[in-house]
Amino acid sequence: MSETTAQPASHHSLLSLVPKAEGKQSMKDFKSDQEVRWCPGCGDYAVLAAVQGFMPELGLAKENIVFVSGIGCSSRFPYYMNTYGMHSIHGRAPAIATGLASSRRDLSVWVVTGDGDALSIGGNHLIHALRRNVNLKILLFNNRIYGLTKGQYSPTSEVGKLTKSSPMGSLDAPFNPVSLAIGAEASFVARTVDSDRKHLTEVLRQAAAHPGTALVEIYQNCNIFNDGAFDALKDSETAQEAVIRLEHGQPIRFGAGGHKGVVRDPATGDLQVVEVTPENESRILVHDAHSASPTTAFALSRLADPDTLHRTPIGVFRSVERPVYDTQMADQLDAAIEQNGKGDLGRLLTGNDTWTVVG
Amino acid sequence: MTSQVSTPADQADGAAGAVVGEQRTPAGSGAKEVRRLDRVIIRFAGDSGDGMQLTGDRFTSETASFGNDLSTLPNFPAEIRAPAGTLPGVSSFQLHFADHDILTPGDAPNVLVAMNPAALKANIGDVPRGAEIIVNTDEFTKRPMAKVGYETSPLEDGSLEAYNVHPVPLTTLTVEALKEFGLTRKEAERSKNMFALGLLSWMYHRPTEGTEAFLRQKFAKKPDIAEANVAAFRAGWNFGETTEDFAVSYEVAPATRAFPTGTYRNISGNLALSYGLIAAGQKADLPLYLGSYPITPASDILHELSKHKNFGVRTFQAEDEIAGIGAALGAAFGGALAVTTTSGPGVALKSEAIGLAVSLELPLLIVDIQRGGPSTGLPTKTEQADLLQAMYGRNGEAPVPVVAPKTPGDCFDAALDAARIALTYRTPVFLLSDGYLANGSEPWRIPDPEDLPDLRVQFATGPNHELADGTEVFWPYKRDPQTLARPWAVPGTPGLEHRIGGIEKQDGTGNISYDPANHDFMVRTRQAKIDGIEVPDLEVDDPDGAKTLVIGWGSTYGPITAAVRRLRVAGVPIAQAHLRHLNPFPRNLGEVLKRYEKVVVPEMNLGQLATLIRAKYLVDAQSYNQVNGMPFKAEQLATVLKEAIDV
Repeated sequence: MSETTAQPASHHSLLSLVPKAEGKQSMKDFKSDQEVRWCPGCGDYAVLAAVQGFMPELGLAKENIVFVSGIGCSSRFPYYMNTYGMHSIHGRAPAIATGLASSRRDLSVWVVTGDGDALSIGGNHLIHALRRNVNLKILLFNNRIYGLTKGQYSPTSEVGKLTKSSPMGSLDAPFNPVSLAIGAEASFVARTVDSDRKHLTEVLRQAAAHPGTALVEIYQNCNIFNDGAFDALKDSETAQEAVIRLEHGQPIRFGAGGHKGVVRDPATGDLQVVEVTPENESRILVHDAHSASPTTAFALSRLADPDTLHRTPIGVFRSVERPVYDTQMADQLDAAIEQNGKGDLGRLLTGNDTWTVVG
Repeated sequence: MTSQVSTPADQADGAAGAVVGEQRTPAGSGAKEVRRLDRVIIRFAGDSGDGMQLTGDRFTSETASFGNDLSTLPNFPAEIRAPAGTLPGVSSFQLHFADHDILTPGDAPNVLVAMNPAALKANIGDVPRGAEIIVNTDEFTKRPMAKVGYETSPLEDGSLEAYNVHPVPLTTLTVEALKEFGLTRKEAERSKNMFALGLLSWMYHRPTEGTEAFLRQKFAKKPDIAEANVAAFRAGWNFGETTEDFAVSYEVAPATRAFPTGTYRNISGNLALSYGLIAAGQKADLPLYLGSYPITPASDILHELSKHKNFGVRTFQAEDEIAGIGAALGAAFGGALAVTTTSGPGVALKSEAIGLAVSLELPLLIVDIQRGGPSTGLPTKTEQADLLQAMYGRNGEAPVPVVAPKTPGDCFDAALDAARIALTYRTPVFLLSDGYLANGSEPWRIPDPEDLPDLRVQFATGPNHELADGTEVFWPYKRDPQTLARPWAVPGTPGLEHRIGGIEKQDGTGNISYDPANHDFMVRTRQAKIDGIEVPDLEVDDPDGAKTLVIGWGSTYGPITAAVRRLRVAGVPIAQAHLRHLNPFPRNLGEVLKRYEKVVVPEMNLGQLATLIRAKYLVDAQSYNQVNGMPFKAEQLATVLKEAIDV
């Protein structure tokens, strides 16, 4: 059994810049007066309720919380939160949120996006936010379909998807958002499911506590255009065998009674799923979300079958500390003042080379 | 003692300088003749790798500190190192300096310094007969000449007979002067631009301390190279002093009468614009936030602002143009003075985000340093063909104010003015500079920060509306009745939590609204807000009661004004006006236009301002256009304006 990595003690330091709420908050405090207008039965309702329910636990002044979104069904999210919010343009929320978070470290900034918004039109901004490690919490609602434009295949749709724009089946190989995020140097990557409120809330908790960019992929059902996309992970019959729950420091086992486990293939170094036996039990991989190397987290993200979703890990794949962009940006300003003194406009404008004209 | 002065028409700009006095040092001393000129135009030309821009910059600094008025025109290829010795690889720097006030870098050089055959060939067409040409003879060998199509040497075949040619083996002399430094030949050769600078500095009595100090600072980490460059610079000076080929040196007196009292420095447009942005942040008491993606010719603003973090300036080099403006807009939502800097192709990418800024009604400066287009176009050449893009380049009715500086130093004031409009009216604002202003420079009277406008704003702090039932609420789109600006409520303000977005908003509440009448109202209100922006009336310069008005905008101010001066001294009346505000136009513009029988609009595009004027005021404005990547020449404009008047 391998040893896991301990998380440094400074974990919650960044949140301390955001003012705390006076008095106790409730879920109601985070509901805006706007009527929620998603289709009845949409998975977005469950995520909204979970987020609104979780916010009081953070205990942050709600005027210091901002939700920024792009375009798509899920991007209506900010309208329903009684915090500051911006419903921006397609794909650009991470860029806008980066400007806000890097100029206002007293804010808790959340990005709400979808699979089309984050991975198609906004793919560039997503990967750069992740590599910079700006202090943002990105909630990526993945329903594997374009909902708002009425049902075209998305960058996470399975190959061969039959939609209005792909009547003979889609040709594009899908992105695996967790793999993509790990490849983009993300310091925190997790996956959860809309219908599992307990798991969703626990993942939000860890994301909120993470200093830097946290990407949370949320499998979310679109009951109109892609209903049942995640049934394999939700059906009580199949879920046990399909879902791998990752918990830091715990052996990676799943299936009824944990009869299956993940081991490293000594020949290739890759991961494989085996039936657990007394002989191989000691070889079952212990999940280490804090490992400096992203290799194993990436390998875990590849276990799932993109078509059937069998062997889908959920939970926190990776959570490591590395320098946070906004903190370093602020540090540079402080260092510049220390080195050169506070800026003096008169001196700046004058420069070093002048001459004087007398009347 | 002879005395010959330029005619006022020549003085107006750009014509060959004339001798205004002559003095001889005491006979028998062996010293050389010194003549006084009222103006000189020098062009340094060489290969991209020859350091011509640096040479020009140094000569400019020397000239500025001496107190002449000056104007510069750097001209260089987009390639970092185009193939050596070829025509496309030629880089040049033109400097016009005078003992009186001047407006342009000059039409034609009095002195051309040609570091190789390509530089000679590329520039000789601009050099008037009788001008002086200093050539580096070391480069006039078979291969370099063949490369640019010289079958025989122009130095020997008589083709330069009409010019006053000074053949100087610049490379050999430089290498010789640096013998004792133990450099390789190649290293020593690189200092030949400093030799040339030394020679020109002698010819025009430029102060030299500044350049020596500059070289020592620039090469502080390589003292050998620093001293070698200083030695080459001094050798060039001494060469002028001793060689018989240079019998005369020239003095151009400081332009003391041209300038109002004050302390001056030399400044380029991009530097002035950067300082204007920093000053705006300071005067607004807001942190400055720049979101930008590198692009020629705007990158220098990103570089400059990145140096001034001790003013609380945050610079964010984004992953693309869209993220640059996106981050700026995010910072504006958070209460920063937000800026994005770019050139035409970047504006195209930012269009959707500019539309969002229009809809969000947040302050944002969009700085467009225009270059030749369309598409990638001419990255290092100037043009002013983004006016209609700035005016209309968005989906929907999305009016954006447009402000344009007219000279390099004016970029400072234009930046402050753009910030005033953005902050007062809560709107994105275009600041349209161009490559000519960006890289050109001129003397600039240093302002006292106390005298700059106060740009402080009030953030919203509490409810601004009472509902029918008496409840006090905050409405993010309840407008100031005077300016029609909406409140700027920044995150962190308790009780003002609100959501805004690009979907149409209900008047007042800002909630999503698809109501037809509301949309009609909001579209008209956003337009009315921009139309109502306070801008000063257009001033017309018309001393003679002319019948023809010439009107321009942006960087054409210098050449147009120079042309107008020429016409007036020749007894031709003409009125002149120049637009700082392109949207909204000054209130009196229509009335001004109608006062004249003829209106001429010179532009470095195919008539964009003329189109706007014709459409809005039904005036038969005549367009005069040039889109060759270079600024107008004063003489050319004077001719065109004269023709327009005479028709």
